[in-house]
Amino acid sequence: MSEPQEKVLPMSEPLENEPLATDAPAPVDFGGRDVCLTVADLDLFYSEKQALNGVNMSIPEKMVTAFIGPSGCGKSTLLRCFNRMNDLIDGVTINGSIYLHDEDIYDREVNVANLRRRIGMVFQKPNPFPKSIYENVAYGLRIQGIKNRRVLDTAVERSLRAAALWDEVKDRIHESALSLSGGQQQRLVIARAIAIEPEVLLLDEPASALDPISTLKIEELIYELKQDYTIVIVTHNMQQATRVSDYTAFMYLGDLIEFGDTNKIFTNPDKKQTEDYITGRYG
Amino acid sequence: MVSLNLVMVFGLLLLIAVRGLGHFWPATVQSIELAESDGTVSTLLGSIVDEEKVSAARVRGRGDYVPEGVEIITRYLVKSGNRDIAGADFSWVNETDIKSRSIPLDAVVIERDEWGNFYGFLTEVKHSGNVVAAGDATWGELQKSIARKTELETQIHRIEKKEIGKINYAMERLRLREKALQLGGKNDPEVFQRLGRDRVELNSRYNEFNDELANLYAKAGRDSITVTTVTGQTVELPVAKLVRAFRPNKMDLGDKILHYGAKVWEFISEEPREANTEGGVFPAIFGTVLLVILMSVFVTPFGVIAAIYLREYAHQGLLTRTIRIAVNNLAGVPSIVYGVFGLGFFVYFLGGNIDQIFFPEALPAPTFGTPGILWSALTLAILTVPVVIVSTEEGLTRIPRAIREGSLALGATKAETLWRTVLPMATPAMMTGLILSIARAAGEVAPLMMVGVVKLAPSLPLDGNFPFLHVDRKFMHLGFHIYDVGFQSPNVEAARPLVYATALLLVILIVTLNIAAIRIRNQLREKYNAAES
Repeated sequence: MSEPQEKVLPMSEPLENEPLATDAPAPVDFGGRDVCLTVADLDLFYSEKQALNGVNMSIPEKMVTAFIGPSGCGKSTLLRCFNRMNDLIDGVTINGSIYLHDEDIYDREVNVANLRRRIGMVFQKPNPFPKSIYENVAYGLRIQGIKNRRVLDTAVERSLRAAALWDEVKDRIHESALSLSGGQQQRLVIARAIAIEPEVLLLDEPASALDPISTLKIEELIYELKQDYTIVIVTHNMQQATRVSDYTAFMYLGDLIEFGDTNKIFTNPDKKQTEDYITGRYG
Repeated sequence: MVSLNLVMVFGLLLLIAVRGLGHFWPATVQSIELAESDGTVSTLLGSIVDEEKVSAARVRGRGDYVPEGVEIITRYLVKSGNRDIAGADFSWVNETDIKSRSIPLDAVVIERDEWGNFYGFLTEVKHSGNVVAAGDATWGELQKSIARKTELETQIHRIEKKEIGKINYAMERLRLREKALQLGGKNDPEVFQRLGRDRVELNSRYNEFNDELANLYAKAGRDSITVTTVTGQTVELPVAKLVRAFRPNKMDLGDKILHYGAKVWEFISEEPREANTEGGVFPAIFGTVLLVILMSVFVTPFGVIAAIYLREYAHQGLLTRTIRIAVNNLAGVPSIVYGVFGLGFFVYFLGGNIDQIFFPEALPAPTFGTPGILWSALTLAILTVPVVIVSTEEGLTRIPRAIREGSLALGATKAETLWRTVLPMATPAMMTGLILSIARAAGEVAPLMMVGVVKLAPSLPLDGNFPFLHVDRKFMHLGFHIYDVGFQSPNVEAARPLVYATALLLVILIVTLNIAAIRIRNQLREKYNAAES
């Protein structure tokens, strides 16, 4: 295993065993921003089946990076690698590494629970716990052993404000979270994730189960949140990708086909596959 | 099909209820004149408790006279009491033998501590052998006398059970202390002297109470009554042995309802008398409830932990599958087999060893090495643990993956996720398991007969002496009480209604326990089920 610093710009090298990508991807310029996450030669197998083929990429800090691609292309799988959610699935084998700054998150020494505190995640379907709104947001803090009522109160309010939910729920903060609407629940889940102040926020199709107005609110929220967090978002909706993301990665059948500035990907992609997909020829 | 089931269930309950509850109603007392086969006339005073139609041939076969041409005759079961005088308190009377029936207004029924009821007429009340009331005033005087006796009896009971019981308990502990010191080889004369002094003090207190008791007994023995039977025999009964007296033929509906309520209350709140055929079943109710509670305390954590291990931690392989099959099959083992296991493992092995190690001073008298409520509760816990395991596992499986992942994504460990999110959500399933196990355990009798139930327990397993809950004691159980009263009773006719009443009580108790558990579960479910959908 090589040093992480050497892996920062793996994109400049042509990838072997990449049947669909013929040209070498251009190095991505993050406009001087630091790199937050680096993926190096990541293979992932579900039992026998390979789901990710030697993915190499870097994700810039405090920017929104979107993963797009057809269903089953491995974008969610890749996302779940960042906080080791795939560890929970039986029969998953992972080769390669992912670095959070300089730290290999697949190192034996890494405490997975601590890692997940630093890399938060929001899922496709809102999954609030059957507890009060307050307890949902305070959950992560309570796990960390924080019991001080004042600290919790402040954190809950701050997170709910950050998730643009405070004004809607401040009068019923001790009611069940399950009484909220789907869009509110999803923002609650985001508030829950940012309550523990992670460095990275992974969003797995956060708006796919929501109506257009809720989707809009989530998108506005993502725009706000990128001031403070590195955001990686998986989406099926290409308009959404163009609206919210700074960088976009297109994946197909477990390969990272193209990664670059969102404007460039959607207006002038290097690869034909990317163009076919964004113009809708893949269906 | 469902309606047929309902009809059957309610039919069963109705039969039990009518048979059982009718027993407490003050039945009219009739004076029945019977023609005997030798031409004489005999009189029977009592109440009709049952009637049936039998073929005349059968009655003739018993040697009774039945007129020619009659094929079916009705016969009545008359409860006439006076077992001490007449020998039997129930008799079958053929309809054809009855010459006349009348309802004497002043017939008295007296419930006694011994020999069952007395049926007859009250003539006088005596204090220390001197007549104090006769004629119209007798009845009022008798009631006063019985009230006085009840008052005295409460005092006697308090002293016997509470005060003297406490002293006896302390004495026994003193004796065991002494024995333990001797066994331990510590022959410090000072300690023995102190123990000796304690004993002397206990003895003197015991004597005080004993004197007080003798005094009370003497007081209670002052009154007596003279009564005559319907055949004219005069008997003197000490009031101290009476429980209550009533004149059913003079009672109006209100009196009867009051009397009925008092009898039902006596049934559920008092201890049994006369080989369980009279009095109440309170110790049995208490034993049943305590047993079920203890069983729940053991079975819930054990079953839940086993289920969590099987579902969440164990590697899902051949071994886990085998364990699961074994657990399911355990539910099908006949309960008496669990009784044998409980006797062999818990009572003899565990209990025997506990006695050897912790209570050597009491040996050879066993403390835990004998059937008791603790071993019964543990035996039932093993009997019902498969139900809890299976339903808890099912509940754990039903928790959506998204909830677990949500918790893990917030930096919770697997154990934290289980404890804070998954287990609370699985509580309705655990409650379901507990409900099913309570339903099964409360009705189980066969294994208990081997590991702790008795027909008459001298003291409840819960009392005022430290450590208050005596899990080593034997106990009474409604299910066993039914069996005992129904089949082991010396007085079958007197016991029969009690069998129904006790059965009704057992059913009500189980239903109550279940409803309580179901309500708790439904509340929990309301709280959590929106997250599961």
